[in-house]
Amino acid sequence: MNTAVSECETQMKGEGVMGRTLAEKIWDAHVVRSAEGEPDLLYIDLHLIHEVTSPQAFDGLRAASRKVRRPDLTIATEDHNVPTTGITGPGVPLSGPGSPVTDPVSRTQVEALRKNCAEFGIRLHPMGDAGQGIVHVIGPQLGLTQPGLTIVCGDSHTSTHGALGALAFGIGTSEVEHVLATQTLPQQRPKTMAITVNGALPGGVTPKDLILAIIAKIGTGGGQGHVVEYRGPAVRALSMEGRLTVCNMSIEAGARAGLVAPDDVTFAYLEGRPHAPSGADWERALEAWRSLPGDDDATFDREVTLDAGSLTPYVTWGTNPGQALPLTSSVPDPGSFADPDERAAAARALAYMDLKPGTAPRDVSVDTVFLGSCTNGRLEDLRAAADVLRGRRIAPSVRMLVVPGSMQVRAQAEAEGLDAVFTAAGAEWRAAGCSMCLGMNPDKLAPGERSASTSNRNFEGRQGKGGRTHLVSPAVAAATAVTGHLAAPADL
Amino acid sequence: MEPFTSHTGRAVPLRRTNVDTDQIIPAEYLKRVSRAGFGEGLFAAWREDPSFVLNQPQYAGATILVAGTDFGTGSSREHAVWALTDYGFRAVIAPRFGDIFRTNATKAGLLPVILPEATVAALQDAVESDPGTEITVDLGARAVLAGAAGIKAPFDLDDYTRWRLMEGLDDIGLTLRHVDEITAFELSRPTWLPVTA
Repeated sequence: MNTAVSECETQMKGEGVMGRTLAEKIWDAHVVRSAEGEPDLLYIDLHLIHEVTSPQAFDGLRAASRKVRRPDLTIATEDHNVPTTGITGPGVPLSGPGSPVTDPVSRTQVEALRKNCAEFGIRLHPMGDAGQGIVHVIGPQLGLTQPGLTIVCGDSHTSTHGALGALAFGIGTSEVEHVLATQTLPQQRPKTMAITVNGALPGGVTPKDLILAIIAKIGTGGGQGHVVEYRGPAVRALSMEGRLTVCNMSIEAGARAGLVAPDDVTFAYLEGRPHAPSGADWERALEAWRSLPGDDDATFDREVTLDAGSLTPYVTWGTNPGQALPLTSSVPDPGSFADPDERAAAARALAYMDLKPGTAPRDVSVDTVFLGSCTNGRLEDLRAAADVLRGRRIAPSVRMLVVPGSMQVRAQAEAEGLDAVFTAAGAEWRAAGCSMCLGMNPDKLAPGERSASTSNRNFEGRQGKGGRTHLVSPAVAAATAVTGHLAAPADL
Repeated sequence: MEPFTSHTGRAVPLRRTNVDTDQIIPAEYLKRVSRAGFGEGLFAAWREDPSFVLNQPQYAGATILVAGTDFGTGSSREHAVWALTDYGFRAVIAPRFGDIFRTNATKAGLLPVILPEATVAALQDAVESDPGTEITVDLGARAVLAGAAGIKAPFDLDDYTRWRLMEGLDDIGLTLRHVDEITAFELSRPTWLPVTA
């Protein structure tokens, strides 16, 4: 289906002493303890927490009379569960008549986070706070996400932070408790995988299209057990925000983490951010960061190569992110899959999505367009969509939610007048949060509704029970909102 | 964590691939702040279909799930493991698992067993032809046995995880035995590294 991609499997890990990859260097620098027959004990430099995957971890600490070892390496935000309307500013009430939180169960969970952060001395950015936002947007924004760090969070999209050359991965609640108590994690050393993207992305093709093409190629399990390093000229040419989008979806290919080696783009992004080193420390940090990229003779357990030059805008047709194709293509016939499991999965996906084989994506109408999430909720994403919408109106049949990834992104967008572009086009301009990415706050699809979404998962019911999701880039999302059916800006 | 040594029970054949954790437990159910009661949300959307395999009376009381490849992909929610154990499952057998799900399972006493696709298919066939088929997952021997179906399949699990599961050990307690090494490591960290305070 995708001729832009070629692949070679390599078995290059020899017995001799080889150079090390970026991932291996970061790993080695964080091993607290290594013993035969045991996983390595890794030190964790930064632990990000949110309301959904942390309450049971704090309960575990209390039950065992344990403390948080390093509250100063821990930071919390309210993002998954909170509404994106009615956020009047700092101090917006969590309960009572003026509260935007109407679901008592959601309120209890947010209250638990506030109570836990207060009890254990953890900095929290609550709903309405200027520093609040999606956990994977605020880390880089604050300059806490830095090259060479180990970063974890009870959220699979922690892979996002790898864009700055940090080894960052998602963990479950038991591991959250372990990190809170010990600031370490026992981990088996992962395999390494290089995804090299040669050439240059053509105009109109975005980082989102690139990562969707990669996942379509290697499959949702293609990166399983591996840390992926994205390399090559097309990756080097990406902005930091573009790299964040690519690394964000590493988990959708099953990878443990995604990485881009730090370079001048990384350093320029970090310099001057609130938690970035400054003065003499900046020079020390730069020296350390410049030694991080993999050695020339380093080898990977697996290598995949793509040609960026022949990519076009991508869209998903099915119910996992690997079921994606060029917007100019057509919905596949399940019978065209040789593998019986893939054939069955495709048939099931088409039934759920209410699509017929051979349908052109441009003939698929949507009810809802969602622009936001930790994948595409940053300033460049909003600019890309606003560029398409400027001077245009969204189709009357479409509702479009524009949800900045953080309150700072929201403020920056407003300073540039992007909010005015969105509202003039007929879109809703919201406060920051995970919003419609995951269907656990008030922003949801109704059963049978269909969306074009800049988020990361098109699973059954992901955006609301019975909802149907097509993953797209911000530019495609905006063009789709205008036409009412899946479309690229070039179609307008 | 409840120790896992060997478990014998009946199984449910889930002939689907890429069963993501959003299917295992939809986000709507993640608002609880305790670890209990997630079984009611297990496969919540799919269970609305009367023909879904978990709704078939012949599989009631089964304790082993035999699923297609890439089971537990997607979200890191450990609630997916809690939902499976709360519902009564002790082990999941599949050709491949999402990494985070597999780790979460081993932290919460649910045994993830990786077997080749052909063996998984043979187990599913056996269970479908006789839902009373008993399967033994023997962690000590690292083998899955379905005697009536003539299946005896070894599986891999690293020694450390196996030991921890068989003893039902608390990971944090194990790590805290090395607290001096953690402290020494902390003293060696560069001073310019970021703090959140």
